[in-house]
Amino acid sequence: MSAIVRFLNVTLGYDRHPAVHHLSGEVQTGSLTAVIGPNGAGKSTLLKGIAGLVHPLEGGMETVGLARKDIAYLPQQAEIDRSFPISVFDTVQLGHWHKVGPFGAIQGRLVEETLSALAAVGLRGFEHRPIGSLSAGQFQRVLFARLLLQDARLVLLDEPFTAIDARTTHDLLQVVEQWHGEHRTVIAVLHDFEHVRDHFSETLLLARQLVAWGPTAAVLAAENLRRAREMAEAWDEAAPLCAQGVA
Amino acid sequence: MTFLYTVLIAPFLEYDFMARALVGTLALAMGCGPVGVLLVLRRMSLVGDAMSHAILPGAALGFIIAGLSLTAMSLGGFAVGLTVALLAGVVTRTTELREDASFASFYLISVALGVLLVSTRGSNIDLLHVLFGTVLAVDDAALILVTGIATITLLTLAVIFRPLVMECFDPGFLRAAGGNGGLYHLVFLILVVLNLVGGFQALGTLMAVGLMMLPAAAARFWSRELWSMALSASVIGFGSGWLGLVISFHHDLPSGPSIILTAGGFYGASLLFGRRGGLFARAIPRRHLTG
Repeated sequence: MSAIVRFLNVTLGYDRHPAVHHLSGEVQTGSLTAVIGPNGAGKSTLLKGIAGLVHPLEGGMETVGLARKDIAYLPQQAEIDRSFPISVFDTVQLGHWHKVGPFGAIQGRLVEETLSALAAVGLRGFEHRPIGSLSAGQFQRVLFARLLLQDARLVLLDEPFTAIDARTTHDLLQVVEQWHGEHRTVIAVLHDFEHVRDHFSETLLLARQLVAWGPTAAVLAAENLRRAREMAEAWDEAAPLCAQGVA
Repeated sequence: MTFLYTVLIAPFLEYDFMARALVGTLALAMGCGPVGVLLVLRRMSLVGDAMSHAILPGAALGFIIAGLSLTAMSLGGFAVGLTVALLAGVVTRTTELREDASFASFYLISVALGVLLVSTRGSNIDLLHVLFGTVLAVDDAALILVTGIATITLLTLAVIFRPLVMECFDPGFLRAAGGNGGLYHLVFLILVVLNLVGGFQALGTLMAVGLMMLPAAAARFWSRELWSMALSASVIGFGSGWLGLVISFHHDLPSGPSIILTAGGFYGASLLFGRRGGLFARAIPRRHLTG
């Protein structure tokens, strides 16, 4: 086992206020890690940090041997314009971006890959539907099909199953299992402990500070969850400077 | 038939300036159609309007320096339009101010500057032509400019189409994938400025945006795909140009407002009778399907 993501006493945040405070540790290559914690615990910020969309206020983090194209990121609230006139097929095809860039042709094998990705998420026959006509669950399937095409070694999912029904969640968790079988690393922010227990071997419990990180059963212990709930959510304008880690 | 021929076609065969005007509006419609549709889809319709005002001081400056020279006024308009687009773009991407607010700020400064420049020249009739356009005075130089802009626009859109659509539809994805969304956005804004500059000789700085936005808004009621929407917008734009010129010819009306009002008529008709979400299509009760 080797690390694919390393946190080196990293602090991530906005406007000098920490959202993830002094986190250290490693995510192992090929692991399935669930990130859990209360609202405002810094879970989304952590994923954005790994995706390179938020830069550390202090400390550092590294993705070992990964280029931008090796990381696929599904944000919690994608800034997607659902009224845009684009078909399901073309939306999924955007997942080929790192292979074709702005100008390369998408044909032959790549089109077949698109069709099999659509089949994998149960959307065969939906190719020509405009995305505006899809339900929330169907649209999430589209985004997963696009993730499949990205062929990424590290997949970051931010609350992928929130507001998604049981059947769709079940189908999409099969996709996550498939990634796991292909030795890809998946880090997912989740709220449903049942999904965490059944599908994710590792869990990171965050309440701005790290509360617990390790095998899921141990992390989900009552004592850890109680400590996580005690997290102060307020953003304190008058907070003093953090002295931790300063020599 | 002869009646229709006399009304709709004869003016363009008999009068050279009408034929030129028609070719000019055809070229304008081809460039403005897709650009306008993308502006509508990006919810930037009013940004087009802001930009059309923003190029005013540039055109006025060109006029003051070089007189009624198309080259000077176009260059001036393009330079100032580009400056406003760049400044607004930079402010939008680096501060919390949204695109509409940053565009509004810079275009208002620009318009005030333009009005000040125009006022130093009193009520110069030539300058009024700049503001309101004289489509019937389109000469060879203007035709080359307008067709050149249409060519550049269509070629550029073809080249940057994929990333531009991505930037428009899912900017977060492009950012996470490491694509430079800002670059494509900027190239698109340059195209907007170019097409407005192309339109101001024929339609005037204040009217040029009409041929960009009205057909694009109308096209939304006829098509569901981006390509067919852009095509519809160009067709409606050209139809407006043609009918507008015919009306202005037969009734001795100024051509710019005639063309834009015709486009307004097409918009109204689309709003009422459009196949995709037009008011009548909504009002007619139709049995629902089984699945």
